[in-house]
Amino acid sequence: MNALSLRNLKKTYNNGFEALKGIDLDVEAGDFFALLGPNGAGKSTAIGIISSLVNASSGSVSIFGHDLKRDQAKAKSCLGLVPQEVNFNQFDTVKNILLNQAGYYGTPRKLALQRTEYCLKQMNLWDRRDTVSRRLSGGMKRRVMIARALVHAPKLLILDEPTAGVDIEIRRSMWNMMQQVNQQGTTIILTTHYLEEAESLCRNIAIINHGRIVENSDMASLLTRLHVQHFVLDLAQPIAAAPVIEGCQIELITHKTLAVAVPKEHSLNKLFSQLNAQNIDITSLKNKTNRLEQLFMDLIDSNPTGVKR
Amino acid sequence: MNYCIAFRTIVTKEIFRFIRIWPQTLLPPAITTALYFLIFGKLIGDRIGTISGTSYMDYIVPGIILMSVISHSYANVVSSFYSSKFQHNIEELLVAPIPNWIILSGYISGGIVRGLLVGVVVALISLLFTDIKVNNIPITLAIAVLTATVFALAGFINAILAESFDDISIIPNFVLTPLSYLGGVFYSVDMLPGVWQTVSMGNPILYMVNAFRYGLLGVTDIDIQLSFIITGGFIITLTSFSLYLLYKGIGIKN
Repeated sequence: MNALSLRNLKKTYNNGFEALKGIDLDVEAGDFFALLGPNGAGKSTAIGIISSLVNASSGSVSIFGHDLKRDQAKAKSCLGLVPQEVNFNQFDTVKNILLNQAGYYGTPRKLALQRTEYCLKQMNLWDRRDTVSRRLSGGMKRRVMIARALVHAPKLLILDEPTAGVDIEIRRSMWNMMQQVNQQGTTIILTTHYLEEAESLCRNIAIINHGRIVENSDMASLLTRLHVQHFVLDLAQPIAAAPVIEGCQIELITHKTLAVAVPKEHSLNKLFSQLNAQNIDITSLKNKTNRLEQLFMDLIDSNPTGVKR
Repeated sequence: MNYCIAFRTIVTKEIFRFIRIWPQTLLPPAITTALYFLIFGKLIGDRIGTISGTSYMDYIVPGIILMSVISHSYANVVSSFYSSKFQHNIEELLVAPIPNWIILSGYISGGIVRGLLVGVVVALISLLFTDIKVNNIPITLAIAVLTATVFALAGFINAILAESFDDISIIPNFVLTPLSYLGGVFYSVDMLPGVWQTVSMGNPILYMVNAFRYGLLGVTDIDIQLSFIITGGFIITLTSFSLYLLYKGIGIKN
């Protein structure tokens, strides 16, 4: 069963801007799905329509088989949303924010208290339950929003750039938490500008650009389409000029650092041997860009108008 | 989906909100109206004499109570709903499976409760200055609740259409206050010259104040049935318009 189905979804704003030009998308139940795209591509508009914050111009949205227009209450009950911006009452306590949210979904008080405790403990916020939310740090506010989205036990959780602006430690802990939630059976749709995040967490991916879906496939097969990988090599000894190796593009960044573009068919062992033959010792290697980031840029650059391929 | 729980959650949230900030919501009307009663009722009122057979002090009590009900039922909804819009936490309600009529009735109920609570506070203050025996309890309560409903709805519409904090103070300052003062709170409409009597008949607050005065004192310038019809008409019109705004998402959705 599909957790989410979009059919010919269009949105034109009052100023004439066409944010969505008819997108079709299916997300399977249980999936961890990445919805990526550059700023202004239409991601937030699509999420706004799915979560009833934006009126669609035309098209349909179905959440776990419930049409968002005809069967609104059931469709909405399945959905939890973590928006980009903090949008809870900053004067309320953490616990009240969750209890109110549970109440809006018709959760009886006793169950709401249990769910609130469970979600706050899961987000490591239980000891902050009586804190007025405006006094929380940025990372804690983000976790409050995730806890709030989970308190009514949604079957589909949409996370709109949940880790934007949080430090790496919190980001990692949020990744673990998202994976746990997904393993417990909740379908997750993630939008993020950290493509490393999407690559590590998501099984399927759609890329949206200029209001159209320009790519929709599983992460593994998308990554196999990467023909060239870019690495940065640190050298043991300084060199004066970039070495020449057939098939690879090599650029001298500093006297002890090389940027190398390696075709997929050219093995790294062969590259190291060729460099060794030229008396160049490698001390360390790292990816110049994340693999998905590279593909993402290729797709966006090769498709500047967003025309479906 | 249990809509009763959602409704109760919104109402409880609204009531706790204005109780938590009681120095801003419940205390000022007590002080302001005490000054009204002291200055207009006692000091000036003693020189005015009687209107329609009642002392001036007694005559102004119903109007001042209802004026407080009007301003506070309006203020509660307009400030609460606009703040929710401003902080974007209105999105919590829009994303949740709550029908528009529950959102509307939740906020309106919060406004009615605050309006009536302030009305009770003002009525208690008035007892320090005069002794009023209620003429007709059902009419008094009914018109108080209906008036609070009308102005809570008006506050809701103002909040939906407002785009800045300035917009939520324009209507109370430039429309509501003048209409309240010109709505027969401090005088009988019979005291006005002919043309102004006719103009006053276009002021809905005049009908509500007179019906409330009838409920408390048994004195009115207006037919009570007409007052209820006009108040009911406003409730139906404003409710329909509020639901239309929510349905279309005007002011709250993109």
